[in-house]
Order: sequence, then C-alpha cells, then structure tokens
Amino acid sequence: MKAKFDLVIVGVGGQGTLLASKILGRLAMNADLGVKVSEVHGMSQRGGSVITHVRVGEEVFAPMVPLGQADYLLSFEMLEAARAAAYLKKDGIAIVNTQRISPMPVVTGAMAYPENPEKLLEGHRFEATDALKMAIEAGNQKALNLVLLGMLARHLEFSNEEWYEAIGACVPRKTLSVNIAAFDMGRMLA
Amino acid sequence: MSETRINPAAFGAMPEKEKRLMLGNEAVAFGAWEAGVKVVASYPGTPSTEITEVISKLPDVNVQWAPNEKVAAEVAFGAAMTGARSLTCMKHVGLNVAADPVFTAAYTGVNGGMILAVADDPAMHSSQNEQDSRYYARAAHIPMLEPADSQECSDFVKLGYRISEELDTPVFLRLTTRIAHARSEVALERREDVPVKPYEKNVMKNVMMPGMARKRHLHVEKREEFLARAANEMPINRVEMRDSKVGIITSGACYQYVREALPEASTLKLGMVYPLPMELIRNFASKVEKLIVIEELEGLIEKDIAAAGIPVEGKKYTGIQGELSVEKLRNIFRGEAVPEVEGANELPARPPVLCPGCPHRGVFFVLNRLGLRVMGDIGCYTLAALPPLNAIDACLCMGASIGMASGAERANGKEFSKKTVAVLGDSTFIHSGITGLVDAVYNQESITVLILDNRITGMTGHQQNPATGLDIHNQPAPQLNLEKMVEACGVNDIQVVDPFDLASMHKAVSGAVSRDEVSVIIARRPCALLSKQTCPPLRIDGCKNCGACMKLSCPAIERGENGVSINPALCIGCGMCAQVCPFKAIKSGEEA
Repeated sequence: MKAKFDLVIVGVGGQGTLLASKILGRLAMNADLGVKVSEVHGMSQRGGSVITHVRVGEEVFAPMVPLGQADYLLSFEMLEAARAAAYLKKDGIAIVNTQRISPMPVVTGAMAYPENPEKLLEGHRFEATDALKMAIEAGNQKALNLVLLGMLARHLEFSNEEWYEAIGACVPRKTLSVNIAAFDMGRMLA
Repeated sequence: MSETRINPAAFGAMPEKEKRLMLGNEAVAFGAWEAGVKVVASYPGTPSTEITEVISKLPDVNVQWAPNEKVAAEVAFGAAMTGARSLTCMKHVGLNVAADPVFTAAYTGVNGGMILAVADDPAMHSSQNEQDSRYYARAAHIPMLEPADSQECSDFVKLGYRISEELDTPVFLRLTTRIAHARSEVALERREDVPVKPYEKNVMKNVMMPGMARKRHLHVEKREEFLARAANEMPINRVEMRDSKVGIITSGACYQYVREALPEASTLKLGMVYPLPMELIRNFASKVEKLIVIEELEGLIEKDIAAAGIPVEGKKYTGIQGELSVEKLRNIFRGEAVPEVEGANELPARPPVLCPGCPHRGVFFVLNRLGLRVMGDIGCYTLAALPPLNAIDACLCMGASIGMASGAERANGKEFSKKTVAVLGDSTFIHSGITGLVDAVYNQESITVLILDNRITGMTGHQQNPATGLDIHNQPAPQLNLEKMVEACGVNDIQVVDPFDLASMHKAVSGAVSRDEVSVIIARRPCALLSKQTCPPLRIDGCKNCGACMKLSCPAIERGENGVSINPALCIGCGMCAQVCPFKAIKSGEEA
C-alpha cells in the first residue's frame, strides 16, 4: 500500500502532532507521490482536540480525508482516538498511544473519562501501546511522534532508508538519534 | 488606462522547478517574494498569520507587524503608490478594520502592484464570525482571485501583481482555512527583480477630494467592465467538460471537494471570483442540462448568475453554514450517509483551555470571585468565558471591550460600572483599544479597564507587537510604554499588578471599580509558553477534596475520587492553586 493511503492524526493541542504529518509529507514527496496535508492552527492548539489529515496518492483533491475513508488513524491519546473513529474505513487500522489526558469537563469532575474508549473502534484493527513510555526510554518524551510513525511504518511499503531520510529532513540534527531510536522501537514492536 | 497592454490569455503556465510541500500561506509568501515584493505589513490573524511570518525570513524585503490591519493596509498602499510591489495580509474580520483605506485605494489605484491577502474562516475554527470577504470585492470594486491549492497560491499572487499593475488597482487574494492551512506541492522559482517604479506627484489621482474622486469613480467603473470582459478569456477561469448532465461552477477548496465527490460532473473552475466571466458562464450553462454553483458561505456567485438571467441552483442544496466537504457533497448529491460512530457524541468534549501557568487565569479567577460583569475581547483570554471560570459576559471584536463598558455605563448609570470591567490584551489594546480609552476619559465615564500585558500577541502564535520591544525579526525596537500611553489618554488611576498574586489582584480590582473615574489595571506577566521561569511542580498533602482549586480551571489539576492531584508533567509551579487552597494543602515543590 505504498502508492495511495489516507491517514488521520489526532491528539491534544501541544502534543506535537504536526511533526508526524510533516515527516509523512516529506516521505511521500521523496517517493514522487502526490500528497496533501491539512492542519488546523489557532485556538485548538491551546489544549483542545487537534486533527491533521494526510492524503497520499497519484492525484489528491480535497486536503481532508472524508469520514469513513481513512486507512490509518494515528492517535496520540485514547479519548481522541475514540472521537475520530468515524474517519476509519471498514478495515482501517488504529495506531494508538494509550496515554489518557483528561479534558476540562473531566478535570472539573463534570464528566468521567470513558472507561473503554477503544470500544468505539470495534471492528477495526487496533494497535495500542504506551508510546510515551517508549519515547522516554528512547531519550525524549517528544519523540512520541516517532514511536507512532514506527508502528505505522510496519504497514507501509517504504524502506528504512526512505523513512530515515524523511525523518532527517524534518527533525533538528541534535535530536535525530533520539528520534531514529524512537522510530525503530515503534517499528520493531511485536 | 492601459487596456491595450493586458493580454489575459498570457496569464498561466509555469515551468517545472524544485518542489516543496508548503502550506497555502507559505506559498503565498514565496509567490510574493518571487514576484519581487518589497514591502509587507500585516497584523496577525488566524488563518492568515504564516504568510507574513514566512516572508519575514526571506531576504531583501521590508516586513513588519503593524498595530492593526488599517495601518498595515495604509503602509502597503503608501509603498505601492510610491512604486513598490506590496502585500498586506489579514483574516476576514481584519478586512473590516482595513476597509476604510481599501475602498478608496480602489479609486486612486496603485502604481507598484498591491495585493491584499484575506483569509476567511468558514466553520469558524478560530474566529468570531463567518463573514464572506467576497462581498468586499464587489462592494469596493476590487478584483479577487481565489486559489484552490498551494501551487495556485503562489501562481495567483504573481498573476495578481500583473493585474494590479496593468489595471492600476489593488487586488484581493482570497484564501479559506483549508487552503491557507493545507500543504501541497509548490514549484520554487527565482526572485524576479522588480525595480521600484518612479513616483510622480499626481493630485488628480491620489488626493481623493470630491472633485477628483468623482472622476476616479468613472475610472473604477470602466476598469471593472474591462476586467469582467477579460475574465472570459483568462485561463484561470477554466471549463472542464465531462458528463453534460450537471455543470458545476466552483472555486477554491470547493473545487477540490467537487472533483472528489462528483468526479463525473463538468466543472467551471473560477480562479477569479470577482468580477465574474459572465459570457464564459453563459456558454458553460448552454452545454449542461443543469447548472449548480457550489460555494461556501454566501450564495454570491449564484445570485450574480441568476441576476444575469441564467437558470442556476446552489444554496438550496449547500446552505450558508460552515465548511463544505467531500462527505457533505456525497450526502447532498448522492444520498450517501455521512459515516458516524455510535457513542462519539457522548464523549467528553475537549475545548481549548488556558495553559498551565497562564497569567490570565489569576485575573479571571479574581473577576469571577468578585462577581463582576466582564466585557471581554479577542485573544486567548476569551477562553475564560468557559466553565469553570465563567468570567466573560461579552466578546465582539478587537478592542470592543472598552466601548462596551462605556455604553453599559451610559445606559445603566455609574453604579453599573462598579460591578463591571473591560478586559483586553496588550496587543488588542494597541490594535483598537486606545481610542476606546480616550473616549471613556473624554466622556467622563468611570469604567475599569484591565490590560492583560503578557508581552506578546499570544493566540495567533506569539508575534511581537509595539509593546514587546522587539520587531518581527526579534530585533530590538522602540517599546511602547503602556503606563505612559494610558496616562496620556488622561487616566489618573493606573495600577500595575502581577496576576499570579491573587490577593493584590483582588485588592486592585475592587479598589478600581469603586472609584468614580476611569481606572486602568495593567496585569503584567509574560505568556506561560514564553516565560523561561520554571518552578518545581507543586505537591498536595492533606487534600480535603473541597474543590476550591478546581475553580482555577488549570489543566494540571485533576480531581479524582480520592481528592485532587497535580500532574507534575504539566504544572509549571505558578503557585496560584496554593493561594486559593483554604487548607494550605498545596505546597511548593521546594518545601520538603
């Protein structure tokens, strides 16, 4: 599935979801594939739900992935994965960081954090891991991005070299080794 | 007028070059730079901000943040009138502020090319309304281009400069969030060397007194008629014949949705959305069985086509609310259900919040405690309207808080002002709060104004402003002294308070509202995202689970069944929660 895929990245504003889409965009461009990425800047970056769309293919029209059409959902947080479930197509794959970040209605006690948010993803392939812990092991919690990308890489037909080149082009040089380590950890997950 | 020199058919084709994946906004910046732009002046506003930020990093161009969009447009106009290619960028509501110079710049024309990039925000991702800038193009008689991807952002800026100079008019470049903040490939080109054109004094053209303006208005009308004819030949207005059952006229992001959701439909893609190529439209209409306009927000194009006597439909399908999308069009025109997942609507929402350690939090906590009415304004602090702070009564537009407080006092008397405050940020005060303050003093109100001076323009992503002491390149710049500015407006009661110090803030506000004069409190502390100050996270020892600290609405404080806990990964140690805990259970990280 190298030539064409739709992917949605979700998380909480401030988690750094934009780096993952930047790397994917680079990866696709380096492989001479058409690509569009849709980001939302502004108010939601202050701790709100954030969503980024990545579309790769020969000819991409809309910059957003239509609901029910995503091949992959990359989620930085459990509740946000559940919220974005409608984006996944029938046999789509959810790659999820198991971290739980309470939104304000939960923080204040007005609502409870759902016990099994993954229930909303029933019927899809669900690959969850504590990516934050792995990122910290790799040397920096911000490398959470790369752990999830590593997990995604197992499903895409790009070579390690192609990934490393795209990562190298998008992260600061001094963080490259940590980011590569985090990527490899995600990619080699059982 | 130079009608003979323009050749619309020549506008188009670009050679193959190095490609980069760029936001539409970045592509506008690179396109303008490649077109030899010399002067750029803007005020930040989502979703337009990155254009000016990106261009500020490119060489050989004067780029500045202006105090507001009106000044920015005037600077860009002055540069264009005296011969340079100029650019000013704003969000849709910013164009309301800039409208005064813009309408008359349509009369004077330019000299060097002038582009006004305006970014609309359908669905209001980060805005207070959904106004459609295309109305401004029609109202001001200024041509408007609308790109549909990043490459077109770059191409249309260049085309815009040619139209601007050939026809001697400012040109609008209209973006929407999904174009401004979407990345797609853009071919890079060399920067064109465009010398500054000579400036010649021309009173008849540039001094808009009634006698001169009447003559220029005739010119405006002729120019528009010419451009409307030329529009029929421009390659950016493009017919793509497919199935002749349905013909769709569309532009911008909607073109992409149409191509994906209704791939069989014939399309007329408009690159210029004002003035419209009515002969091209008439011809396209004659080739299809049914003509539909698919446009976001207002039904502007549809109405114009209907007014020209061509049968057309549009808004009866799409409505005027929010954004369109591939799935919406599939739903409307193909009857396909929009995919839903059961239970998703019952999930707790995740609204944006004031950051941990945000200095605004202390101010609104105190205002809530004092039970005051709060005339709010535009900035991160608008988030204090949400629970549990619930500390904003009204939010209208940039700088409006002060005028609203004055109006409330005139309507309800001075006692009303003893329970009311106006709150706005440093950048918002400079943008358009100063005149409101002058008004309040001049008209002898007794309102209280809080200026939240967090030393930056925060919500739009940290841009410098005249009060920060730095320019757009982060180089030292003369710093506007807010105390002196407020004093010069005629305010005598001025206090500067640290918003982390809740007791002092409480005292300052309750004192200020009680006085029969205009009072200003400057709550000064840098934005938590900028401040390098980090204290160890606080700890909780002996929590009685009373919930007092929860009223601060801090994302680092969480309430569970066994009491409250502080998330050490989020807490920056501001200490406000320790001040509000009645049991002294919250301790600073240093205390053992």
